[in-house]
Amino acid sequence: MLQVILYNVTNGLIIGAFYVLMALGLSLILNLSNVINFAHGNFLALGGYFAFILTPFTGFWGALLVSPLLAGLLGFIIERLMIRRVYRRDPVYSLLLTFGLAFIIQDACRYIWGPNPLPLGIPDSLSQPLSADLFFITWYRVFMVAIVIVAVTGLFAFLRYTRIGVRIRAGTLDLETVSTLGVNVRLLRSFNFGVGSLLAGLSGVLAAGQIGLNPNMGDELLMPSFIAIIVGGVGSLAGTLLGGLLIGVAAALTTVVYPAASEAVIYVIMAVVLMIRPRGLLGEEGMMT
Amino acid sequence: MSIGRLTGLPGRRSILKASAAIGALQFASPFIIRARGEVPVKIGIVDPLTGSIAALAQSEVEGAKYAQAEINQKGGILGREVELLVEDSANDVGTGVQKTRKLIDRDQVDVIFGDVNSGIAYAMSQVTNEKKVFHIVLGGHTDPLTGADCKWNVFRVCNTTTMDTAAVTPELIKAFGKKWFFISPDYTYGRTLQEAFVKQLTKAGGTFDGDYLPITNSDFSATLIKAKAFKPDILLNNMGGQAQINCMKQFVQFGMAKDMGLGGALYELELVRGVPKEAQAGWWTMEWWWDQPNTPGVPEFVAAFRKATSKTPTARHWFAIAAMHAVRLAAEKAKSLEGPKLALAMEDLELPPEVALQPGKIRFRAGDHELMSSVFVGEVHPPASGPDDLFTLKALVPGEEAAGPVGETGCKMTRPA
Amino acid sequence: MNSASLVEAMKRPAEARWLPLIAIWAALLTVPLWLPLLGGYTALAGRVLVLGLAAIGFNLLLGFTGVMSFGHAAYFGLGAYGAGLTLKYLAASTPLAVLLGTLLGGLAGTLFGMLIARRRGVYFAMVTIAFGQVCYYIAYSWNDLTGGFDGLRGFQRAPVHFGPFVLDITSDGPTFYYFLLGIFAVAVTLMGALLRSPLGRSFVAIRENERRARFLGIPVERHIWLSFSISCFFTALAGALYALLNNFADPLGLHYSLSGEIVIMTVMGGMRTFWGPLLGATVFVVLQDYVSSMTTNWMSFIGLLFVAVVLFFPRGLLGFLPRRGHG
Repeated sequence: MLQVILYNVTNGLIIGAFYVLMALGLSLILNLSNVINFAHGNFLALGGYFAFILTPFTGFWGALLVSPLLAGLLGFIIERLMIRRVYRRDPVYSLLLTFGLAFIIQDACRYIWGPNPLPLGIPDSLSQPLSADLFFITWYRVFMVAIVIVAVTGLFAFLRYTRIGVRIRAGTLDLETVSTLGVNVRLLRSFNFGVGSLLAGLSGVLAAGQIGLNPNMGDELLMPSFIAIIVGGVGSLAGTLLGGLLIGVAAALTTVVYPAASEAVIYVIMAVVLMIRPRGLLGEEGMMT
Repeated sequence: MSIGRLTGLPGRRSILKASAAIGALQFASPFIIRARGEVPVKIGIVDPLTGSIAALAQSEVEGAKYAQAEINQKGGILGREVELLVEDSANDVGTGVQKTRKLIDRDQVDVIFGDVNSGIAYAMSQVTNEKKVFHIVLGGHTDPLTGADCKWNVFRVCNTTTMDTAAVTPELIKAFGKKWFFISPDYTYGRTLQEAFVKQLTKAGGTFDGDYLPITNSDFSATLIKAKAFKPDILLNNMGGQAQINCMKQFVQFGMAKDMGLGGALYELELVRGVPKEAQAGWWTMEWWWDQPNTPGVPEFVAAFRKATSKTPTARHWFAIAAMHAVRLAAEKAKSLEGPKLALAMEDLELPPEVALQPGKIRFRAGDHELMSSVFVGEVHPPASGPDDLFTLKALVPGEEAAGPVGETGCKMTRPA
Repeated sequence: MNSASLVEAMKRPAEARWLPLIAIWAALLTVPLWLPLLGGYTALAGRVLVLGLAAIGFNLLLGFTGVMSFGHAAYFGLGAYGAGLTLKYLAASTPLAVLLGTLLGGLAGTLFGMLIARRRGVYFAMVTIAFGQVCYYIAYSWNDLTGGFDGLRGFQRAPVHFGPFVLDITSDGPTFYYFLLGIFAVAVTLMGALLRSPLGRSFVAIRENERRARFLGIPVERHIWLSFSISCFFTALAGALYALLNNFADPLGLHYSLSGEIVIMTVMGGMRTFWGPLLGATVFVVLQDYVSSMTTNWMSFIGLLFVAVVLFFPRGLLGFLPRRGHG
């Protein structure tokens, strides 16, 4: 029994790591621009599809490097062209905008690549399990976790030690002052959106290797990202990290006892957090408006 | 937007411009000059052309268009041209019901086909029943449609879960053993499927364990760990769609293929084509298979279909083709397109070999309106002689035998008022 | 509109106020006559009414109180399930179904609103979405009660008895449309009365300037909660009617995509006007119906519509009318 639990906790951390990557991108965009990016799941899908196009030319590793950049670039462009126009207005407009974008991108994926599921080839070396005992952990999953760790560490380091990173963090707390200090806030926001989309694209490549590509693939991952943010606390990236891991482990453990509820349990956690500690586990009061 | 734009003439409204490939079949139609007052026979299709099962729906529509061209070339139905009106249900019940009403009220269709999604098919059947319109469910599998919820105007082409499970279970037991582990999706279809399997298995003295998982589950490690510990003879993958593929991929990745067999009910060609080699495995049922070298008429049909569409026909294509021809035959027998008359003519209607495209007597059973088509049981494998040679037939089980008696379906057919 | 302009609007000559109302009701009453001529069908009109009602209810919260919920489909769906479950398990009574459906959705909204009345802006929107998805998952997973993924079926709208007189709404004809229209009329009249009342005017005050409203002594949190709650009741009523329209209730009626559609209808029609949401619903439903018959890429068109409205027509169709009372 202990073995089973241990297996599943490990598994949960792996799944949670994935949720973390997605949720961090969403959180970045939410914190700085106050925009709920409904199209985030679709950037994930795009990341996967870009990798699909690139793999025959660059191989898997090349695609892993380039697709997220493409996704980030696309995010940057979309932010500049459309999203920035609605910042000053009622938040309902930005929601509607990203909502509409989600529809368009999903349909575009279906139109370009068809509704059928497509496989993304991963290197054979990664498809092997770790050992006979740990048969359920393939090297690919270890690889995924490694990439997530690298990306998250990179993100936190970026936010702490680079100028842009510091400005983004400052902007999250008080954008007006940052602007007064002479920072080009518009460029900052565009860049931030690009980074968020890059993370989504990276998630997409990783996901595609695991579950294949289809136009709806982002939809299922959008809600857990939301929940990770709400549970962890809006405005806190560390909270998002914690939230993602928490719900991943919870979902995995639930599968042991009552598999059919493994999706529902993350909603239950969110409900509990909202009732007991509405600002989230690591959230701060005042980050919620 | 000007109001004038809303005037949709009940004319050429086909959605899939892509299947202009079927334009190859638009050779001189006898209907170039339509006689004054000659109203075409309108068949409406409601299917989820967008959404997660779009691939299956698109095959059905392609099949219908192929059959339409074929029928029109030979003189149509009752001497009238056949027109297809296709609507997207978007995998949403409200939309499916609305489009059904649109096709019946506004476009005055004579016949309705649809939906792939069983829930939508059921909701549609309530509308078609009320309006006394003849309705064929092409590919919605839930048993009650020709069981407890059967209706005088509804017929079904695809198999019931009872048929599929009854056909494949003996073969799986023979090939692998009696200790089974199920992975099923947690909704009505998944539950009915597993229960049907369990019924067959326990009759043969087998034992089992299993898990119900969310329909869109993508990570199966926990359940597969449990399965491995149970040491079954075979793993039954009932998931369907993307989840089915992922379950199989992970099954193979975890090296479980050497410990136990893999099988299940449906594993459709549209899905099999798009999966990596390691997921092209296991024992499954196909509801129709193109590679029948010994059945007269089939190789010719496959060749003609390939020429017209550049695709190999799948079971979904065949559902639609069989349904279209069935309508033609029933209309000829009834000399009318009225719902009640068509339904009466359809009962026990036997499909001729060039429509059935499989051996045996294939008919719409009068008691429950289910088509007694055969169940093709066999093994899926990576492409052998050609890209679509993905399935080797092991047993062909007659539909009648697999379906069981009408009494057991729970259908009590009532006649129209 | 601020309170001053509202008061001024009340003082306008009677004809100017009544004329558009008469036009709207005349159009609505004669739908079965002119809609088929334009390639429409009565079920479409039913859908427009139901979604229009949902949008009008929602607009109380968004347009008139200035609070953004992106999860209103939850109450719509709960209304639908409430009505369906009543008809299936309790009694074949349409009025009871409508009542219980409305109560189910409305009470859920009221309780939920209590939890979140203090939040604002984007966070408020996020939790409303999340709540909607919770309801979606419950509906989707609770197979035995709700029919799960396949939806709740096996019920039908029942004829309504008014003493000796029976209104047979079971068939699809105009009778059911007029039944819907009748309920719609009652609901809309109530809404209008609410907006003209002091409570309604306080909502507008909150929208215009929350801080000032607070200084004026308006209990802002409580009124936001009230606005939320009332809007949920209206939306739930629409949901109950939707279940009657389709003889079916399914989880997608709770999904955030429907929430988004309700929002776009409201904004597209003009979220600061009373009839805007109905107009938005009409345009959206008809457009969606038409485009989805033309092409499988209708999702792109709907998405483009969202983007176009946001970028180019944020005030919506009725928003182009001259703002009354403003100098």
